[in-house]
Amino acid sequence: MKFGVVVFPGSNCDHDAYHVISKHVGQPVDFIWHRDTDLSSYDAVIIPGGFSYGDYLRAGALARFSPVMTSVKEFAAKGNLVLGICNGFQILCEAGLLPGALIRNRDLHFICDHVNVRVESINTPFTHELKAGSVLRMPIAHADGNFVCDDATLDELRREDRIVFRYCDREGQPTDAANPNGSRDNIAGICNRERNIMGLMPHPERACEDLLGSSDGRDVFRSLAGTLAAAA
Amino acid sequence: MKAKVYVTLKPSVLDPQGKAIKHSVELLGFDGISDIRQGKYFEIAIEGPLNAEQAREEAVRMAHDVLSNPIIEDFRVEIEE
Repeated sequence: MKFGVVVFPGSNCDHDAYHVISKHVGQPVDFIWHRDTDLSSYDAVIIPGGFSYGDYLRAGALARFSPVMTSVKEFAAKGNLVLGICNGFQILCEAGLLPGALIRNRDLHFICDHVNVRVESINTPFTHELKAGSVLRMPIAHADGNFVCDDATLDELRREDRIVFRYCDREGQPTDAANPNGSRDNIAGICNRERNIMGLMPHPERACEDLLGSSDGRDVFRSLAGTLAAAA
Repeated sequence: MKAKVYVTLKPSVLDPQGKAIKHSVELLGFDGISDIRQGKYFEIAIEGPLNAEQAREEAVRMAHDVLSNPIIEDFRVEIEE
C-alpha cells in the first residue's frame, strides 16, 4: 500500500503527514508535486494542511486549479481514498469534491489550539477503527475554518451520516462554546456521498505522538491503513 | 476594455469581517449604519477583438469559475469600453 502527499506551493503540513505515514503507519509514501499528474502508483492521497498559494483569493481557491487536482478528481472517482486536512479540506470544498465552504472564523482570529471533536460517524474508511461518540483531542490551526452550507446540504449530510467529526466539549457535548470557529452545526469534518473522500479542519497527523500533546489522531491513519489492507 | 467584477458574500452568509468593520466605523462616531458587508473587486483589462457582449460573457465565466465561490458568494460584472 502506497501513500501520496500532495505538495502545493505553501503547503506546510506535508512533512507531518509524510512522517506519520512512514513512521506510524509504516508504509511507503511519496511527496507529489502539484504539477505532477500521475497518481497510478498510489492507494491513498493526502491533501495536507498549509497555505497553498498564500490563501490568495480564498483559502484553497487557487490550488484547485493545479494540474494534480484533475488527477485527484479522477483518482477519487475510481473510489480511491482521498483525505484532506485543514487547507486540504478547503481545497476539496473549492474543487467541489466535498459540499459547503470554509469561511473566515467567527471571531476573525487565527486559532492555534487543541480542540475536542466527537466521532459522529465510524461508517467511513477513515474512522472505522474509532469508537462512535468518542472524543478526540486534536490541534487546529486556521483562520478560515468556519464551515458553511445551505439547509438542504446540512439535511443531506445528516441524513446520509456524512458528518464525521463535530467540535465538542470534554464530555462530548457539541456546545456553542466548544465551537472554535462558528462552523455550522459544529461540523469539523465531513465525507462525500461515496465515503471515499474525507475533509476535516483538525490535524490528526499532528496528534500522533504523546510528546505533541495527543496521539488520538493515530486511529484515523490506522483506519485508513486498515481499509487499504482489507482491500489488498 | 475593462471588466469590473464585484464579488460579495450571499446575504445568507455571515460576514464577520464586515461586522468588525461596522463596529470600528461606529467607534469613530458614524451612526445610522445598519450594516457593512465586505466584498472583493477585480479589474480585468481585456485586449483583442472581443466586443462588449463577448467580454461580458468571458468575465462572467471567470467570475463564476474562479473569482467567486458560488456556494457562498454572488457576483456582478460591469464592462467599461
